[in-house]
Amino acid sequence: MKTIKVYGPGCKRCETAESMVKDAASRLGVDVAVEKITDAKSIAMAGVMSTPGISVDGKLVHAGGLPDAAKLDDWLSA
Amino acid sequence: MTAETHDPLPPRHVTDWAWYAGLPVAAAVWWLLYGQLIPFSEWATSLFPVARDSHTGEAIAFFIYDVPKVLLLLTGIVFITGVLRSWFSPEKTRAILAGKRQIWGYPLAAALGVLTPFCSCSSVPLFIGFVSAGIPLGVTFSFLIAGPMVGPVGLGLLYGLVGWKIATIYLVFGFTIATVAGFVMGRMGLERHLQDWVRDLNAGPVGELPQEQLTFVDRLKIGVEQVREIVGKVWIWVLVGIGIGAAIHGYVPEQIMMQIMGGEAWWSVPAAVAVGVPMYTNAAGVIPIVEALLGKGAALGTTLAFMMSVIALSLPEMIILKQVLTYRLIAIFLAVVAAGILATGFLFNAIL
Repeated sequence: MKTIKVYGPGCKRCETAESMVKDAASRLGVDVAVEKITDAKSIAMAGVMSTPGISVDGKLVHAGGLPDAAKLDDWLSA
Repeated sequence: MTAETHDPLPPRHVTDWAWYAGLPVAAAVWWLLYGQLIPFSEWATSLFPVARDSHTGEAIAFFIYDVPKVLLLLTGIVFITGVLRSWFSPEKTRAILAGKRQIWGYPLAAALGVLTPFCSCSSVPLFIGFVSAGIPLGVTFSFLIAGPMVGPVGLGLLYGLVGWKIATIYLVFGFTIATVAGFVMGRMGLERHLQDWVRDLNAGPVGELPQEQLTFVDRLKIGVEQVREIVGKVWIWVLVGIGIGAAIHGYVPEQIMMQIMGGEAWWSVPAAVAVGVPMYTNAAGVIPIVEALLGKGAALGTTLAFMMSVIALSLPEMIILKQVLTYRLIAIFLAVVAAGILATGFLFNAIL
């Protein structure tokens, strides 16, 4: 079970990033809990300055723009 | 919204050589289209049952000429900017600016504000990230002002629609305002006017991102993605802006324009700034209006003040920043930037 956090104040790209994570996880058959962090303070405390940011099991893997689909698969299946 | 949202990256089966070949082809097509704008707009206008030199004819011609022109320019600028900005990131910029307490931290921050990719929706985490890393508040403001104020979209459109002289003036003064406003606010020692929780924030662990190695094709893809996102979002503002510009171009008599926005009326500059603040549009929407205003004899200083105010001072942006700044600090920010804009406006009305 992986805990994925998607950081973003709720702009459209952040929602897209969240659904990309969910889609990729269900396609790969990986069990994930996706949490969306929208609070500015929490986003900043996680070290994310450009949204959307993504962390996997507490480790920040991506910040700024939509993630690359192939890299997303790597993060989820690693 | 639609299926498109879930397929954000260009198809993966497009191989690298197709990108290398596609780039010059796309550039050539762009160039050909751009060269046909006048013949096309004249032809299209002639299809309307109105006299070409009537008010309506003028307005239609302006609209039909400007829409494809602005969209072409916008696409080209956003693509090139997207590719160039792929070498920059807020994380790198923060590392460069951290500890720059010397005077040239301000112009450096303003320059990086233009080059660093960030959208207004992430300005709050970016602000906190900067301040918590020990970047002085004034330097952070220089960065945040320069980003929208002297953005490449505004400059490129200004160049294409109004000419290089005014584009250069705008660049120089926009950059100067961002630098000086940040410097002034830095001198005022405003740290105590941050929201309490921001001030108490420890320089938290800086998110260590693995450096993503991008190939040149990756960067081109980023450019295309930017075009899709930004042009897809602002085209409606472009149409509205050009519509207003066309109405001004076709129907507003020059005499009235000279009275309202001429250099004679001293109050026209503050009025232009006041009108600009609540207007929330982007550079792509406002520059066709600027084109029409200047064409009708509006004074340059007044028009520059209007444009800067619309682009750099916006109420929604202030509301977003309310999360981290107190009202007092927002008021100081508004006052300092507005003072710079007013000075620019008065200066140009006085010397021209």
